[in-house]
Amino acid sequence: MEGWDPNTKSTLTQIPLLTRKAGPRDGAAWTQRLKEEYKSLIAYTQMNKSNDNDWFRISAANPQGTRWTGKCWYVYNLLKYEFDLQFDIPVTYPSTAPELELPQLDGKTQKMYRGGKICLTVHFKPLWAKNCPRFGIAHALCLGLAPWLAAEVPILVDSGMIKHKDDTATTSTES
Amino acid sequence: MELELKELRADLQSLTQSLPDPSHHALLRKIQLRVEDLANLAAAAPVRRSKVEDMSAEVVDSNPYSRLMALQRMGIVENYERIRDFSVAIVGIGGVGSVAAEMLTRCGIGRLLLYDYDKVELANMNRLFFRPDQVGMTKTDAAVQTLSDINPDVVLESYTLNITTVTGFETFMSSLKNKSFRPDKQGSGVDLVLSCVDNYEARMAVNQACNELSQTWMESGVSEDAVSGHIQLLIPGETACFACAPPLVVASGVDERTLKREGVCAASLPTTMGVVAGLLVQNTLKLLLGFGQVSPYLGYNSLKDFFPTMQMKPNPQCSNVACLKRQEEYMLAKPARDAAAKAKMEAEAPTEEGPLHQDNEWNISVVDDIELDIPDTRSSDVLPEGLTHELPTADEFHKATLDAPVVDNDDLEDLRRQLEAINSA
Ligand SMILES: [Zn+2]
Repeated sequence: MEGWDPNTKSTLTQIPLLTRKAGPRDGAAWTQRLKEEYKSLIAYTQMNKSNDNDWFRISAANPQGTRWTGKCWYVYNLLKYEFDLQFDIPVTYPSTAPELELPQLDGKTQKMYRGGKICLTVHFKPLWAKNCPRFGIAHALCLGLAPWLAAEVPILVDSGMIKHKDDTATTSTES
Repeated sequence: MELELKELRADLQSLTQSLPDPSHHALLRKIQLRVEDLANLAAAAPVRRSKVEDMSAEVVDSNPYSRLMALQRMGIVENYERIRDFSVAIVGIGGVGSVAAEMLTRCGIGRLLLYDYDKVELANMNRLFFRPDQVGMTKTDAAVQTLSDINPDVVLESYTLNITTVTGFETFMSSLKNKSFRPDKQGSGVDLVLSCVDNYEARMAVNQACNELSQTWMESGVSEDAVSGHIQLLIPGETACFACAPPLVVASGVDERTLKREGVCAASLPTTMGVVAGLLVQNTLKLLLGFGQVSPYLGYNSLKDFFPTMQMKPNPQCSNVACLKRQEEYMLAKPARDAAAKAKMEAEAPTEEGPLHQDNEWNISVVDDIELDIPDTRSSDVLPEGLTHELPTADEFHKATLDAPVVDNDDLEDLRRQLEAINSA
């Protein structure tokens, strides 16, 4: 795992791995996979809470579990910046990772594709491909979103692109 | 417009005559002049060309197809007019897809199906095709606007959707299956799918659809540093599918460690994209109209002006189930294919030379030494010079667990509630 910080590495190894290679078009096999996704997400969320590093909420937005919505946040200079988080499970999942979107930041940073999809590091896709089908939604959040927030939120705040929601003196923009 | 202006003139005329007060006449004269200006502007507005019933080879400046039909007269293409029977689906109407769509439109292709979920932005203006006045329109609608003006003979269908989502993919599949354009056509409703997308996820979705439909397609790509690109022909069962091996890309020769990625996602150049679109549509025309050699894989390294080629056989251990099904069908059809090839050879035997070789008096061979068959491209050391794998292969891990019996007795609804409970704790 070249190119990852030790924190991400040690967290990653504690997230339960998945076994079923099934996507949203695979019927009963997808239901099995979805159960594994839940177990992995439950374990990861619990782990974050007990490590005092709670940083996201995510739930399925439809009964098929193909669309997920929630929130994620990052603390910078003692202030908490919170963003909507959403993504679809692609038809070719888990061969391809879900494309994580932060729609409120669309157009505010170069490190983002259109529609608010975060631009992942060169290390993400190779690691995901190598570990298919063991990695799931929890791994995508840990390897994709967490490092992205850590790298981009400070830049967005320092450059004034986003304001803290209590910072009403300068602008009414919600962050 | 014309009629309205004419009536406006008449109204002004009668108003002028019915007004006894001459103090108003100067103002009325001014309005009249403005109407004349508008009439001139309207007359100068672009004229839409009317549809053409049959493609004519007649060389007159009013015939949009004369130079294309000349290909037939010169013996390059046997029957150019067949192009009107073909349907081509273009996925991704960006820097490559939009230019490919324009080329096929100008060539008089029968029908184009256009797929994209994105809108035109000012940031797209470093590429060809879209205009600043189209900013804000969906790329598919803007493309239809321009393409129908260029050639109203082409049947255009626009699909504003994301093919990687479950619902987008279903619409994508059913649109490819629709045979209303040519009900007697074998197979799906399209002759070729061109993938002009900029990401691995969408390519894998096109691969999935084409494997399931046994649909021949071509993949195209431009590197994120904008200096190399490639095109690839994929025939399910016959050639490697996109999931058979990790995607092959052209090595730009730029050291990955010196490439600065901070603060940017991807670069793009109209030149590289134009070249790749040109290579893609040239290969498309050769495949559809049956002339020249169709390239299985052609890379483009713009820094060295190097064009590596290669071909890949399907991987019998491909992770894509539909690909394995197509491979099996291809094997079963081998005797029939061999018989057909033999019959064709015998039928062509008396004629000495094909038209392709007639003007090749120096016997220049187009096959170069880097072309090789690669049945299984797991190890990158067998790749031709200048090509590299974009991603690693998945570890062997899943093979063992894939068929493991389901032993868990977990209830999905129960798990969902558990996550909700933790989320709200
Ligand atoms: Zn395959």
